[in-house]
Amino acid sequence: MTQTTVVEIEGVQKSFRTPEGPVAAVRGVDLSIRPGELVALLGPNGAGKSTTIDMLLGLTRPDTGTVRVLGGQPLDATSAGLVGVMLQTGSLLRDVSARELLTMMASLYPAPLAVDEVLQLVGIEAIADRRTQKLSGGETQRVRFALALVSNPELLVLDEPTVAMDVESRHAFWTTMRQFAARGTTVLFATHHLEEADAHADRAVLVAEGRVVADGPTNEIKAMVGRRTIRATLADVPLAALLLPGVESADRHGDTVILSSNDTDQALRALLDTFPQARGIELTGAGLEQAFLALTGRTGR
Amino acid sequence: MKTSTFIRYELMRNFRNRRFFVFTVGFPLALYLLIAAPNRHEESLAGSGIPAPLYFMVGLAALGTMNAIVGGGARIAYERVSGWTRQLRLTPLRPRAYFGTKVAAGYLSASLTIAALYTAGIVLGVHLSAGRWLEMTGLLLIGLLPFAALGIFLGHVLGVEAVGPTVGGLGGLLGFLGGVWFPLGGGVMHDIAQALPSFWLVQASHVSLGGQGWSATGWLVVTAWTVVLSVLAVYAYRRDTARA
Repeated sequence: MTQTTVVEIEGVQKSFRTPEGPVAAVRGVDLSIRPGELVALLGPNGAGKSTTIDMLLGLTRPDTGTVRVLGGQPLDATSAGLVGVMLQTGSLLRDVSARELLTMMASLYPAPLAVDEVLQLVGIEAIADRRTQKLSGGETQRVRFALALVSNPELLVLDEPTVAMDVESRHAFWTTMRQFAARGTTVLFATHHLEEADAHADRAVLVAEGRVVADGPTNEIKAMVGRRTIRATLADVPLAALLLPGVESADRHGDTVILSSNDTDQALRALLDTFPQARGIELTGAGLEQAFLALTGRTGR
Repeated sequence: MKTSTFIRYELMRNFRNRRFFVFTVGFPLALYLLIAAPNRHEESLAGSGIPAPLYFMVGLAALGTMNAIVGGGARIAYERVSGWTRQLRLTPLRPRAYFGTKVAAGYLSASLTIAALYTAGIVLGVHLSAGRWLEMTGLLLIGLLPFAALGIFLGHVLGVEAVGPTVGGLGGLLGFLGGVWFPLGGGVMHDIAQALPSFWLVQASHVSLGGQGWSATGWLVVTAWTVVLSVLAVYAYRRDTARA
């Protein structure tokens, strides 16, 4: 690839008309993705991730701003068969087997992968000859993933790909995704799980209330939003003594101490080592939603 | 890119759907045998000059093929609601080619319906020269064009639960007004019928009278409906994709 960006989104906004009046789904998104990047679009439900992806794919037109994919209009990129997509929802065509469906779809692309190769890659050889309407939810998702790969795309777009998967499918899915990305394919996936972004992306773009609120390497983003809270009953200990390894800040309400931490494993070990008398320990994740609220507050909305 | 592979699977898919098969081919054939067999010696049905086995053969071919073609297009509704058409829009397949596969699938089912009814017709004593068979078949296939557009239109405006009743009801009504069950006499009914494309499908049976299959009115009506319904189908498709 000679172009320097695979995805170039600038100043994009999108509102939808609803019976209650217009709703702004995307209020201002800028995003640039270089070839070979593995990017997570991270945000709570309703943050505007799917709308952003729909605009990226040319399924929806932005009200303002520009979207360019592989150097052209989104529809040009998809029509040329350069983009592999797994949308959030959607079922499979009935009355064909998974293998037939993949063959059928592969025939639409200029340079598809071999169907057998994709079946193997996604680990669905065992169900390849079953009719699609007889597949379980998790199996359906894996076939949908295979459909996104069979075109041998330059850009792979996955909108909340693991939502309908069980734990086992999820694990297999991410393993395959990483294998595929290792070929040099650029990947953008949307998720509302910080852990998924952390484990499987090099870069995370945080979206909240239709805006990008942070964009950077996943470890930085994790430090920003991954803060969790430890509560424990622990009387007669000065606050300063609670600033243990892994603890960012400490607070106290009566006999309850509240520790804020980015590395709760380390903080908990230190807490129990230093104060074995601590009781009633609770660990609460701030959660993405809360972290986002804090972040959007910080951006001075 | 080999769109032919895509079309091949799309056609195969149709024939795996047993219910679709039974209704488009089995149903008109059974009706034909029920109605035409007892009247197989009737040389001029209700004074039309057309033998009963031929008249009903074409009438039921009209009804069956109409249902096959409209139903084939209307199946887009299922693929739309299930999100499949959205997935297809992200591939190099062009909407025109997608509609083409639906129409081709409809025509294939229609051809089977026609073949089944012709076979039954010959068994019941229908006699035509090779040229007349061809002319009649050609008129049937052309007469189905407006229904192909109608199917695609309905596939974009109907919800899944409305497809069955609408296609069935419309088929019944258009069939009745088109004179599937008996030749329409003169009067208002005949005037209304003449403006409907289904009437001209049934009129393909007139080839046995030796005259022209369709009058100029026939060609005009079929062409006009094809144009109007195609415009509506394109409009419905655009509206549907703009909303998504």
